[in-house]
Amino acid sequence: MASLVDKTAASGVLPGLRGLPFVLVLIAIAAVIFATGRWLGSSYAFFVGYVVLQYIVLGTAWNILGGYTGYVNFGVTAFFAIGAYSTVVLNKLVPAMPLPVMILIGGAMAGLVGLGTGYLTLRLRGVFFSIATLALAVVVQTLITNWDFVGGARGAYVLRPRIAPLIGGEYVQYLFLIMLGLCVIVLATARAIERSALGYGFAAIRDDEAAAEASGVPTLRLKLIATGLSGGFMGMAGAPLPFYVTYLDPASGFSLNYAVNAIAMPLIGGTSSWLGPVVGAILVGGLQEYLRVTISSAVNVLVAGVLMVAFVILAPQGIVGLFQRKKR
Amino acid sequence: MTALLRIEGLGKRFGGFVALEAIDLEVQQGERLGLIGPNGSGKSTLVNCICGTLQNESGRVRFGEEALDGLSAHQRTRRGLARSFQLPRPFGSLSLAENVRIPILYTVNARPGVGLGRSAIEARCLELLGEVGLADKAGLRPRDLTQIEMRKLELARAMATDPKLLIADEAMAGLSHNEVDEIIALLIRLNGQGVTVIMIEHIMRAVMEFSQRLAVLVAGRKIADGTPQEVVRNPEVVRAYLGE
Repeated sequence: MASLVDKTAASGVLPGLRGLPFVLVLIAIAAVIFATGRWLGSSYAFFVGYVVLQYIVLGTAWNILGGYTGYVNFGVTAFFAIGAYSTVVLNKLVPAMPLPVMILIGGAMAGLVGLGTGYLTLRLRGVFFSIATLALAVVVQTLITNWDFVGGARGAYVLRPRIAPLIGGEYVQYLFLIMLGLCVIVLATARAIERSALGYGFAAIRDDEAAAEASGVPTLRLKLIATGLSGGFMGMAGAPLPFYVTYLDPASGFSLNYAVNAIAMPLIGGTSSWLGPVVGAILVGGLQEYLRVTISSAVNVLVAGVLMVAFVILAPQGIVGLFQRKKR
Repeated sequence: MTALLRIEGLGKRFGGFVALEAIDLEVQQGERLGLIGPNGSGKSTLVNCICGTLQNESGRVRFGEEALDGLSAHQRTRRGLARSFQLPRPFGSLSLAENVRIPILYTVNARPGVGLGRSAIEARCLELLGEVGLADKAGLRPRDLTQIEMRKLELARAMATDPKLLIADEAMAGLSHNEVDEIIALLIRLNGQGVTVIMIEHIMRAVMEFSQRLAVLVAGRKIADGTPQEVVRNPEVVRAYLGE
């Protein structure tokens, strides 16, 4: 009886996932962006664009759990690095494997870890959950640092192919295109969640878990969906990283920057909507890159930190929230 | 009449503290039961055990034909067991309409063969808010509500699950005389629609007016169960409330 009811609930969630026109618009925008990049022909633009896109994916992934469901994950780097290191492993074992397959596997690995973490820690509420995720990042980093196969503390070199497959040109263009595709997938998923029963269930959990249960929301299952999806997307964001940096060591793969940015960008853009992390990533990512070039490469963390503090105090709903309030 | 809810020998401890001991209680289909008792007598713990927020250590809870033991709170809600919280616990970031939409999506709409369209769900949300007189505030957030409106929202959200049994846990605490009358009228109207209601309340006037039967908890034990007139004359009940 229990399983029967649970199945019907799941089917009640699925019809809410719609929005093909939205996906088509996203794809069109992505195509325009890529065509513009090709027309510009600047590899610098592709290298910068990749970082911003990576943060859109990472920020959106964080937001599914942190913004929609209200569970603040400080262990972003654990999931991100699991994706990155699974690419290192796969590239060593099967060098011919296409990158999208590596991303799928990396994402699946990180998603499974997310699911496992969720199962073990979701009985912890609020700040205790956050501390547990922080611990997870440390544990995963320690494991990777002591794993010789992926280079341990020395790090691993990954050869970036000279020519991009399928599209020709520099390989970074291919990386950019892949990340653009990930953006489309992740944003479409985030928006579909917002408009579905799943999104309402997440919001109910965020606002009051006991009241959510009393309203028939299967909180544990929904939280596992959120941790699994969020972790999976973070892993996917990290999977192409080794080809981007060509040298990956634990210090850079688990860099605090990823965690700070992945949290700061949704908070600055606004956590209530899929648009928030996009706005945040473009704004903060762009600003960081500008300052990195003009002032110093160390100042970018400061930017994210200061902006995050300012927004949390002055505009907790983020930029998107400011506009929504004006509209009303 | 058949028993809709049957509690047999239910016990619950918190560490060494016995919160509930060997509680037996039956609620008939369509009945209006009042549950009273001094502060700390275990009323809310009993509600939590019935609704699955807490798991009882001994005894069992049967709902209709089914034993509820081991089922989580949301599974019980889906079977038709709704509650309102003692302190209103609205979904603060959502509008009133969305507050009642969530239980519709996860209970009524999750049943086999029920797939309400978007407009049908919206209509049902407004209908539910209308029943408690909040239809014109559907777009507001809970923080814009007064205390009594918050209680009404709490009841509307419980009703949105289309319950067979509604447990109203101190739905009237802190309300004025007229507001209490309003909530009583609302609960009696729901009962008229076929919903069995358990009212937990300190306001004796409300309990006496509403209940067909009264059960009294004192220090985790049920000490009386009968018609309201009988129960309030019961010497043990008088002693529990007024002392020797």
